[in-house]
Amino acid sequence: MVLVWRNVSLMRLAFSKEDLKMEKMIKLTIDNKQIEVPHGTTIYEAAKELGIEIPTLCYMHLGDMGIEHKPGGCRICVVEVEGRRNLAPSCNSKCEEGMVIHTHNMRVLNARKTVMELMLSDHPFDCLVCAKSGNCDLQTMAHQFGVRELHYKGEQSTYKVDYSPSIIRDMDKCIMCRRCETMCNDVQTVGALSAVNRGFESVVAPAFEMDLEKSTCTYCGQCVAVCPTGALTEKDHTNQLIRDLADPKKTVVVQTAPAVRAALGEEFGMEAGTLVTGKMVSALRRLGFNSVFDTDFAADLTIMEEGTELLERLQKHLDGDKDVKLPILTSCCPGWVNFFEHHFPDMKDIPSTARSPQQMFGPIAKTYLADKMGVKREDMIVVSIMPCLAKKYECQRDEFKVDGDPDVNYSISTRELANLIKQANMDLTTLPEEDFDNPLGESTGAGVIFGATGGVIEAAARTAYEVYTGKTLEKVDFDALRGMEGIRSATVDFDGLPINIGIAHGLGNARKLLEDIRDGKSQYHAIEIMACPGGCIGGGGQPLHHGDSSILKKRAAALYREDEGKAIRKSHENPYIIKLYEEFLGKPCSELSHKLLHTHYFDKSNEIEIE
Amino acid sequence: MAKIKLAKSKVDTLVEICKSFNNEGSELINVLHKAQETFGYLPAEVQEIIARELNVAVAHVYGVVTFYSFFSMVPKGEFPISICMGTACYVRGAEKVLEEFKRQLDVPVGETTEDGKFSISCLRCVGACGLAPVVTIGERVYGRVAAGDVADIIKEYQS
Ligand code: SF4
Ligand code: SF4
Ligand code: SF4
Ligand code: FES
Ligand code: FES
Repeated sequence: MVLVWRNVSLMRLAFSKEDLKMEKMIKLTIDNKQIEVPHGTTIYEAAKELGIEIPTLCYMHLGDMGIEHKPGGCRICVVEVEGRRNLAPSCNSKCEEGMVIHTHNMRVLNARKTVMELMLSDHPFDCLVCAKSGNCDLQTMAHQFGVRELHYKGEQSTYKVDYSPSIIRDMDKCIMCRRCETMCNDVQTVGALSAVNRGFESVVAPAFEMDLEKSTCTYCGQCVAVCPTGALTEKDHTNQLIRDLADPKKTVVVQTAPAVRAALGEEFGMEAGTLVTGKMVSALRRLGFNSVFDTDFAADLTIMEEGTELLERLQKHLDGDKDVKLPILTSCCPGWVNFFEHHFPDMKDIPSTARSPQQMFGPIAKTYLADKMGVKREDMIVVSIMPCLAKKYECQRDEFKVDGDPDVNYSISTRELANLIKQANMDLTTLPEEDFDNPLGESTGAGVIFGATGGVIEAAARTAYEVYTGKTLEKVDFDALRGMEGIRSATVDFDGLPINIGIAHGLGNARKLLEDIRDGKSQYHAIEIMACPGGCIGGGGQPLHHGDSSILKKRAAALYREDEGKAIRKSHENPYIIKLYEEFLGKPCSELSHKLLHTHYFDKSNEIEIE
Repeated sequence: MAKIKLAKSKVDTLVEICKSFNNEGSELINVLHKAQETFGYLPAEVQEIIARELNVAVAHVYGVVTFYSFFSMVPKGEFPISICMGTACYVRGAEKVLEEFKRQLDVPVGETTEDGKFSISCLRCVGACGLAPVVTIGERVYGRVAAGDVADIIKEYQS
């Protein structure tokens, strides 16, 4: 497994281009085509260079994130190397001078099919009812290889299905590709999953084969996003939603997160990065929601609260108050919140106390909006559409309930919404464009960019700058805060006061920044952290990218496009936010704001009790 | 995660063991060996503390413990039976001997009979290949064991 972030891998690329002249190139023949590749290239990569796609299952290469996983375990990618007795796994075999390779001859096809049949001999026949059906790499490949009957019968491993608030683990469907482990351990550095036992008994599981809920899992869902089978799926809330929408006594309102509109279209065959905001709104309206609102509105609200908190802390710090801790960390990502509660509980007083936008929307809907609509709290159902699996867990947190009633009843992933739209016999591509409802549907460009890494802190900078300096920003785009490198930093000039900003996405990168803070080495005033690589556009509930990480960049670009097209691009200028403060909350960080829009954190580290 | 209860002296011993390996995550297997030597087995609590001291994930520690058959999570029996599975013993039929012990005692590898008397584990080469297949029970070593000898061996300890 190799793990390098993009900036590092780019450096490497630059190096290897230099080296090319000196380093010897290797000539080989693949499917009768000649190719020259640098030393160290794998057969799989060389074939790809020639436009030959060799099927893979356990191999995973997310180039833009610098994630490579090649355990060489599944043997689906075998090819014939002339002169060698055994077929070679192309994903982890290096090219050698003069090799003559066949990637799809009859011997290879036969072997691949046998490998697949063996794999399927220990796999349940659940395709008809499996959540992954139609989107499962194992199923697609079995079909592609023409498997029509199974010649091998063997013992089938059976495990208890593990239902957590966000993720379902059905290990009967695990093919031991171990991609999830790489995501959890190497990318996220959470370490909730490990391969355990050996041989036939081996499986990927949390420590002591306990349920995920009892582990250090953050519910970021990155394991689910890369699992090629139905072994890891999200906890599905669509049936609950269908029941609620069918209930005439209930007022069902919905909020949609920024990242959803940049990815939903992919499920309907649209090009990655197509914005489907208006079509999504009309789909939701046709599904029967009473009102269709925007989490972006709540994102603007988050900026008001978090931005005010940042300025307060900054001011106290500048005034020499030693009790005030900096940097302030963003707190809008529940995966990240789970991470520091489990892994850095000693630092739980530095993140902002502002709730995530999802959890700001809920209480405003069930108080302010319910009042306006004349609906009783118990008759209102608030549903959220999220790119995220951690949000499912977040809805259930006790501190976000009033007398047992959750502020947000449940959250549906982008994938679940796509399925529901298809179930309702709608084709997103042909739907008209419609606008969100008000008062909780109006948002600024600042709210939209929350979905991409760096977006939250850019939105905060736009507002904090103007509030702090009293001046109007000439240019609202902070280009230095954008990009895909895992850790980024920039200094923003607040009219003579330099504000150092850090950004991390992916929990492994977050860990590095946190360790620096713990060691007193951090120079930052504010840090944005998102659990998922790329931010929410790469969330665990988004359409599967099947290994093509360039999709994430296209989604991010789409959000910045939407921002640019907005008339209002600063949260504090959102007229409905201004009205909400005037009519209801008073001012940012007021007593009522604190009650409804802020939260506190818990120490969830493992407590060892000594007798 | 659950709270862990472990006597302070045991915790101290574990901390010492980890320290003697410089708290290096890469020394995990050696630390586990030493801990098992000291405590006889590796219960969850012990794994949690080792994980904390070596700064590695508990899931990873558990993964290693369950991968190698010489680590055990349950206390050994009064008479711990170990069957060598090294190459020499294996080719001379150690597996059949193992199967026979499992069948007669009705207990899988790594576990202990209900009365707490016998436990079965597998070992790597114990360095007595000339005597293969080798079985040890406590301090005693049995050589050239065949499946047919198993009943008699067990009887020796059943009084
Ligand atoms: S959801 Fe995230 S933290 Fe939890 S097991 Fe999956 S990758 Fe690990
Ligand atoms: S759970 Fe999914 S990703 Fe993890 S090893 Fe099994 S099949 Fe692979
Ligand atoms: S980055 Fe976004 S999608 Fe991922 S866990 Fe955080 S809030 Fe959810
Ligand atoms: S894809 Fe190459 S061995 Fe699995
Ligand atoms: S293989 Fe059993 S003693 Fe050497």
